[in-house]
Amino acid sequence: MNDILTFITLALDATLRVATPLILAALAGLFSERSGIVDIGLEGKMLVGAFAAGAVAYWTGSAWLGLGAAMLASMGFALLHGLACITYQGNQVVSGVAINILASGLTTILGLAWFHQGGSTPPLVGAQRFNDITLPGADALKSVPVLGDFYANVLSGHNILVYIALLLVPFCAWVLYKTRFGLRIRAVGENPKAVDTAGVSVALLRYRAVLIAGALCGIAGAYLSTAQNAQFIRDMTAGQGFMALAALIFAKWRPWPILAAALLFGFLDALAIRMQGVSLPLIGQVPVQLIESLPYILTVVLLAGFIGKAMPPKALGLPYLKEQR
Amino acid sequence: MKRRLLGLAISLLLPTWAYSAEISPAIVYDLGTKFDKSFNEGVSNGAKRFTEDTKVEVREFEPSNDSQIEQAIRKMAKRGSDPIVSVGFSQANALGVVAKEFPDTSFTIIDSVVDQPNVRSVTFREEQGSFLVGALAALASKTGKIGFVGGQDIALIRKFACGYEQGAKYVNKDIEVFQNMTGSTGAAWNNPTKGGELAKSQFDRGADVVFAAAGGTGIGVYQAAKDNGKYAIGVDSNQNHLHPGTMLSSMIKRVDNAAYDTFKAKMDGTWTSGIVSLGLAEKGVGWAVDEHNEKIVEPFKEKMAAIEADIIADKIKIHDYMKTNSCEY
Repeated sequence: MNDILTFITLALDATLRVATPLILAALAGLFSERSGIVDIGLEGKMLVGAFAAGAVAYWTGSAWLGLGAAMLASMGFALLHGLACITYQGNQVVSGVAINILASGLTTILGLAWFHQGGSTPPLVGAQRFNDITLPGADALKSVPVLGDFYANVLSGHNILVYIALLLVPFCAWVLYKTRFGLRIRAVGENPKAVDTAGVSVALLRYRAVLIAGALCGIAGAYLSTAQNAQFIRDMTAGQGFMALAALIFAKWRPWPILAAALLFGFLDALAIRMQGVSLPLIGQVPVQLIESLPYILTVVLLAGFIGKAMPPKALGLPYLKEQR
Repeated sequence: MKRRLLGLAISLLLPTWAYSAEISPAIVYDLGTKFDKSFNEGVSNGAKRFTEDTKVEVREFEPSNDSQIEQAIRKMAKRGSDPIVSVGFSQANALGVVAKEFPDTSFTIIDSVVDQPNVRSVTFREEQGSFLVGALAALASKTGKIGFVGGQDIALIRKFACGYEQGAKYVNKDIEVFQNMTGSTGAAWNNPTKGGELAKSQFDRGADVVFAAAGGTGIGVYQAAKDNGKYAIGVDSNQNHLHPGTMLSSMIKRVDNAAYDTFKAKMDGTWTSGIVSLGLAEKGVGWAVDEHNEKIVEPFKEKMAAIEADIIADKIKIHDYMKTNSCEY
């Protein structure tokens, strides 16, 4: 029994680590898509952020400056996406794909030119990284069964970005549902004409949403290169931007379900790692590939009928033209 | 005669030109990157050494996906590169095709066998090297539990794992060996995040030494070992310098020699095709001791030397996973 409890505790601990970039990137997608701009480019923006964080943290010796650079770099790419989609009314999916390709190529080329390590940045040490912190009272509560154990081993002992990501969920929910800005963002994604009629600029709102998405992707990228790992490595996002997109759709474009979906995907990932080579009673050894593909299978199956229809914002993917009727 | 003298004069004046007219070597790397601090980088170091020694430039290509490999080898051959070194098992099929199209070009493949009259196949007895580091891991482990993180789930990596397990069991027959593979596609060679998570999961289960045979993914494994205060063992190149104090040792495969020897032999006109198998006796594999890990491994050196001698003398029989496709010994 104790073994199982330890197993679950450790798996949950890993879940938080793995889910953090998904939460951040999915929240980024939430702002962008709720305002009506499809964001396939989450992956690319994360990658750019990861590179900027890795490079700047190495040069300046400060992980925080790295984080700032990551947010700026990622917002730069977001602006590019905004320019293509909002100002020039281009195809949003194409623009997003272009962002991904550009990010992958650009980070590699700059990495090669600046660091001569095959597109990686040099390894980071000490204050160049976000190191793990122990929450107050974790050691004292360790002996309390279950709850204390949970607090000390699951919640405590992560780096600051994990907690920032967790706190951003209620904050984003508050912004989106309780502020005027949030109301307008949601409105512009459903019915931009109404917003325009009310005398609010559709383009400006969408730009702001896209930039917020950029900033959040930057944090996710910085987490990858300066917290979870200790350097930027070519294409290190490894599809996590698309996982975040799946989480966003799975959560039907709502902040709290995003947290749940990201944690679920993270948990499945942590489980896949721990299930490798382990025999289960009755079933025997489960192929790793099956567990690894579970998040995707789950998304398809659940969306296909169990949780009802995923309703995207009505104006998602449609450029807004004043003259159009 | 005059012309020859002229040629000689030119070759003396411009040695680089004259040499490169003789051979123009090329390398097509494995997936991952040239600077993976591991397998590819070993080959790259061999090429660098060759260029330093002979001033002959080596043409290089780093494929970013499987489909580029065949094109890259063909393009190199078309441009007149000779010899061409093809790095990694995943190039075997592609090379098999291209080698037939260019029967006059010499090819060398590392880590696989291509049965063509113009191909030299260099393989390593990884089970011997892995056996050694497995024994070392068991000697250094205090918990009696050690870990292994592989890259792509293929027979070659299972061979590493199998040798490692045998070595560990040779020292301590009750030892527990956790084995994880990063994935089933080529992307598994460059996923440090996943590598770090796999290593952490093994540490959580009690392992205190981890061996990564995973290319660029290994970087994440070593970082995790450092963050958690455990030992890690590197692979292919000597990786001890990455994290002094954390790196227990590295299982080295002299892939640099494989590339260097091919170029040098071609230059001297002594290149031959066929299968070359490099083991402990040929110094093709081994475990690395240098200034970064000397102090840590000092107490185990004697025992390790005895094991090495026994392997070379064939007193220790090591099962090769690839012979039976299973790790039963």
